[in-house]
Amino acid sequence: MGKIEEYTVKRDADRTDLKLNMGPQHPATHGVLRLELDLDGEIIRKCTPHIGYLHRGTEKLGEDRTYISALPLTDRLDYIASMNNNIGYCVAVEKLFGIEAPERAKYIRTMCAELGRISSHLLWLATHALDIGAMTVFLYAFRERAMIMEMFEKLTGARLTVSYPRIGGVRNDVTQEFIDRAHAFADEFPTHMEEYETLIDQNRIWLKRTKGIGIITADEAINWGLSGPMIRGSGIAYDIRKHEPYDAYKDVEFEVPIGTEGDVYDRYRVRMIELRQSALIIKQCVEKLPRGAILDPNAPKFTLPPKERVMTDMESLIHQFVLITKGPMTAQEGEVYVATELPKGEFGYYFVSDGSGKPYRMRLRAPSFVHASVLPLMCEGGLIADVIANIGTLDIVLGECDR
Amino acid sequence: MKALLETLISPGSFDIIINIGFIFGKIVIVVSVVMLAVALAPYFERKVIGHMQVRMGPMRVGPHGILQPIADALKLFFKEDIIPAESDKVIFFIAPVITMFGAMTSLAVIPWWKSFAVADINIGILFIFAMSSVGAYGIVMAGWASNSKFSFLGGLRASAQIISYEVAMGMSLVGVMLLSGSLNLSEIAAAQAGEGLFFFKNWYIFPQIIAAGVFFLSMLAETNRTPFDMPEAESELVAGYFTEYSGFRFSLFFVGEYIAMFVMAAIGVICFLGGWSGPGPSIVPLQLLWFVLKLCFVMFLFFWIRATVPRYRYDQLMAIGWKVLIPLALLNIVITATLKII
Repeated sequence: MGKIEEYTVKRDADRTDLKLNMGPQHPATHGVLRLELDLDGEIIRKCTPHIGYLHRGTEKLGEDRTYISALPLTDRLDYIASMNNNIGYCVAVEKLFGIEAPERAKYIRTMCAELGRISSHLLWLATHALDIGAMTVFLYAFRERAMIMEMFEKLTGARLTVSYPRIGGVRNDVTQEFIDRAHAFADEFPTHMEEYETLIDQNRIWLKRTKGIGIITADEAINWGLSGPMIRGSGIAYDIRKHEPYDAYKDVEFEVPIGTEGDVYDRYRVRMIELRQSALIIKQCVEKLPRGAILDPNAPKFTLPPKERVMTDMESLIHQFVLITKGPMTAQEGEVYVATELPKGEFGYYFVSDGSGKPYRMRLRAPSFVHASVLPLMCEGGLIADVIANIGTLDIVLGECDR
Repeated sequence: MKALLETLISPGSFDIIINIGFIFGKIVIVVSVVMLAVALAPYFERKVIGHMQVRMGPMRVGPHGILQPIADALKLFFKEDIIPAESDKVIFFIAPVITMFGAMTSLAVIPWWKSFAVADINIGILFIFAMSSVGAYGIVMAGWASNSKFSFLGGLRASAQIISYEVAMGMSLVGVMLLSGSLNLSEIAAAQAGEGLFFFKNWYIFPQIIAAGVFFLSMLAETNRTPFDMPEAESELVAGYFTEYSGFRFSLFFVGEYIAMFVMAAIGVICFLGGWSGPGPSIVPLQLLWFVLKLCFVMFLFFWIRATVPRYRYDQLMAIGWKVLIPLALLNIVITATLKII
């Protein structure tokens, strides 16, 4: 009799048939995220995210560079929205040095940050829709994203890694052409939004794939430290742009959309409304754009003097020498933490300064890292197809997650 | 054996040889034409989807990219044939052949115009169902033999999906069989012939509208097309059952899939859209023209849907198959049978 029992298959809750390694090379893991899935058929019993495949030691590199030359490192964190990373970095360093960008620079930054947010959200929409199978949304969204890329190219010379803001302002003033294009883009963008929404917003398949999937309650969202659209989708109106306004956000009007259920569909709706709000912010920035300087009067301590002055003027030569070799030396000893609202969520820069031209410690609080940790909560008990929807809704970028 | 020999040396044996020759001729024509069409179908698909997605589709090889399929095929033929080390080699080799075989054999019974089919047999519909089931074997074998978990899951999904939707599909055609009183595809098409301005009044799509809907959805699932492309859902399972296949073996799967689409579209045209019937005189070139045009239209529907809708989840797909399509098909059978008796 014992033999029969031996061959009886026991189906208990934690039985797993198959261990599936999803990633790091997988079309839908958005970079190099690796998920270790314990499967029972197609049902996920356990999901373990593994990160670190794109670790470049940005924090450590930051300690070895002056405050000025660490700026391009931030481009490579969340490479989808490099403009927003740069701005966050500059706001943080400005606080450390006790300087402030002039009004015009603040408006330009706000405008560029919102363009970057639209660009990042469009990429999220494109890939999220493609993961769920809506192929056309992908290409529609990339069409508009290319317009933003071209605007950035005109303004900064780079499409992806812009390095445009400077400590105490921005690198160069916006041209009238850029302003016109930004305004025209903000004007026509809602009509493009309608095109995407026609395809997926009320689509039965889309609703079936996103409603009730990956639910995060408001309590869970707080406990896991979520931020950005992830926490707003769960019904908590937490937006740093509203609560601790930096740059020109206190002067522009916008709504902070929140969801009710905390599922994939709510987060989709939240981001879609954010896209519209961003277009509104851009419009307001263009209309209110003040005249004036684009760099703080103190900013010469952070920017290199022009080349001809270096060759003719002794102070400028010394100035350049010190800036290149030692960095800006006026930082107070102490520490500073500044968080800005990135498209992905709250991105914090934490500096410990010993008064030298380089930070003693540069710590980055990356929203993608926090959001990746909530993946098991969303996936366990669901199906493989839901993992894809959940990764899409997290909107993580592994460059930022691994730092 | 003796009987066979007697038949061969009997006075009528010459006719048999002629017949065999005719059939071979037909096979050569059908296979070569279909292979050419299969080469052009992905081009057609890429162009259609491209224009729907505000881009051009292939443009570089030849004028408007018309030679793209040839370039693709050449590239695939010269690719290295990678066989996974831990795979079950024999099954790995024969799986794409079986899929291809199932798809190609189905072509035999399709009447391209009146009285032109390679084999005009009386159980045409059943034959096609049988052959598409054979194709499912190829898929599940490929998934198993690759010894890859993604292939394995893809193969399992595909076999479950094809088996479930075959039921719905078979039942949706029962109404057509009842109306025409035949399983022969030529007779089904002939029963829908019409003349003059309202040449389409006899098409079965009107009395069998429910069946046509069920058939169309099952057709998408049967050929693993969007929104039912679960087995090869690239965002979930990389490439599903043919993840480990490369080069020529991959192209066998690819071609098999497109031929299966052709076959399913042809059945749809024959059973619901009147086969070769159309306006104008009933002559062979026109018959062929109408048939091909309708075929292209159904293929276009495949592509249109692919560019429009997202993908269902696996359990939702099964729920639609078993809880919606099969009951609808059964209901349709009951209605049709009742009306037929009255």
